[in-house]
Amino acid sequence: MVLVLVLFLVSITIAAYSTFSERKVAAFIQDRLGPNRAGPFGLLQPLADGVKMIMKEEIIPTTSNTILFVGGPAITMITALMTSAVIPWGPSITIAGQKVALQVADINVGVLYVMGVVSLGVYGIMIGGWASNNKFALLGAVRASTQMISYELAMGMSVIAIIMTTGSLSIGNIVHHQNGWHGMEWNIIAQPLGFLIFLICAFAECNRTPFDLPESETELVGGYHTEYSSMKLGFYLFAEYVNMFISSAMITCLYFGGYNFPLMDWVQSNTNEIWFALICVGVFLAKIIFFIFFFMWIRWTIPRFRFDQLMNLGWKVLLPLSILNMLLTGAFIIFNQ
Amino acid sequence: MQSLTNRSKVVSNKQMTLSEKLYIPAILAGLQVTIQHFFKKKVTINYPEETREHSKFFRGRHVLKRDDQGRENCTACGLCAVACPAEAITMVAEERKKGEEHLYREEKYAAEYDINMLRCIFCGLCEEACPKDAIYLTNRISLSNYDRNQFIYTKDMLLEGNEEDLRINIDNRRNGVREGAN
Repeated sequence: MVLVLVLFLVSITIAAYSTFSERKVAAFIQDRLGPNRAGPFGLLQPLADGVKMIMKEEIIPTTSNTILFVGGPAITMITALMTSAVIPWGPSITIAGQKVALQVADINVGVLYVMGVVSLGVYGIMIGGWASNNKFALLGAVRASTQMISYELAMGMSVIAIIMTTGSLSIGNIVHHQNGWHGMEWNIIAQPLGFLIFLICAFAECNRTPFDLPESETELVGGYHTEYSSMKLGFYLFAEYVNMFISSAMITCLYFGGYNFPLMDWVQSNTNEIWFALICVGVFLAKIIFFIFFFMWIRWTIPRFRFDQLMNLGWKVLLPLSILNMLLTGAFIIFNQ
Repeated sequence: MQSLTNRSKVVSNKQMTLSEKLYIPAILAGLQVTIQHFFKKKVTINYPEETREHSKFFRGRHVLKRDDQGRENCTACGLCAVACPAEAITMVAEERKKGEEHLYREEKYAAEYDINMLRCIFCGLCEEACPKDAIYLTNRISLSNYDRNQFIYTKDMLLEGNEEDLRINIDNRRNGVREGAN
């Protein structure tokens, strides 16, 4: 229960500071300074943004379906936050003779749970876009659902290869499985193609550039959240950053060894359990932050895809490649037996 | 056929090579460019704390000078108004009366002296035309306003103060020293 609260706060804080660092990274890449007025280095900017969002006037269009209109952002936010439950933060520690896992729920179908909840996330966007009763919002919602369905397939296929090598659907087990070679037996080494596919699909699932067609400002005003204002808009934007955080955590868990780090066994034998767990959590967070930075780095490098290019890439490139990857992995496992 | 300029380029419709089709090398090259910019020196000037340097030849708001005894230099000869290509300067001349010798240096002075800052192009020809060293362009910024009428600067806005510390050093402009909000 404590862990749930801590995790909630951590997700919210990281997402809040992602909005800040997004602006900073954008500014730095464009040779600017970015927000630096609120507090030292502008560190209070997320707070100011939050207050601003809440104080804004809330407008619900008269022609909209009010219940669905309010429900849309709620669903998006809930599904975004739900995923973090199965992420293992570090090795289990012993407190007062009891073994405590640094994971809210080590359910044995963790990967399946994540895929399921992530695909529910599109409902929030679809409902919001539909309830707005606005053609731009609807177009954005349609794009979002098409994109999510197309890329979820390739994503699932690339994850299946991981599941085959690990022999488990539990994310805790998958991370533990990458423990070998002094904590360097990461799945990226065995599955570079799978990693690439998963990474591209993660970008698409988060609606991040170059796959930000559902909310493309230049063509669709604001996409599915055109009609939203105040904190409801804030929830949509915030959920994107929470999703980014979860995606980074998933990439880290599945391909970059989770909390495993080089010379891990040596550190373990030289420190006590609590310190070791803390170092593991720190390493895990550092990896997540790197991937969040990578998301932003990509955003300010690559322009948006055209919609037909997006569909071509999803169905004609990524899906066959991921099936090929799965077959190769299967063949490799069989011949190695 | 020989091209007239060397700027034209032949359009190439050749097939992309495999590495070009993959896009990954191109994306990596793009990432390299952006990360280089990430660590570059930033061009932003933090405005209220820092200000941008003016050029040595910057010409800003005008000032009507006094001589060292505090008397107005301007004799309302109108040469500045004639020289002004934008016809921004208008004035009304007046004869100096007895007892006003401490106010005006010569027998004639400008009772009114207006510069329309919306017309002014800050060319500095008025300064060059003036035979009495009365009008100068300083490096002070001409202020913005909400009302068009407020852009007509009257004599009391243009004239420098009489006290020593209210005087405006016209050499500052050439030396690049920033004036206070005078």
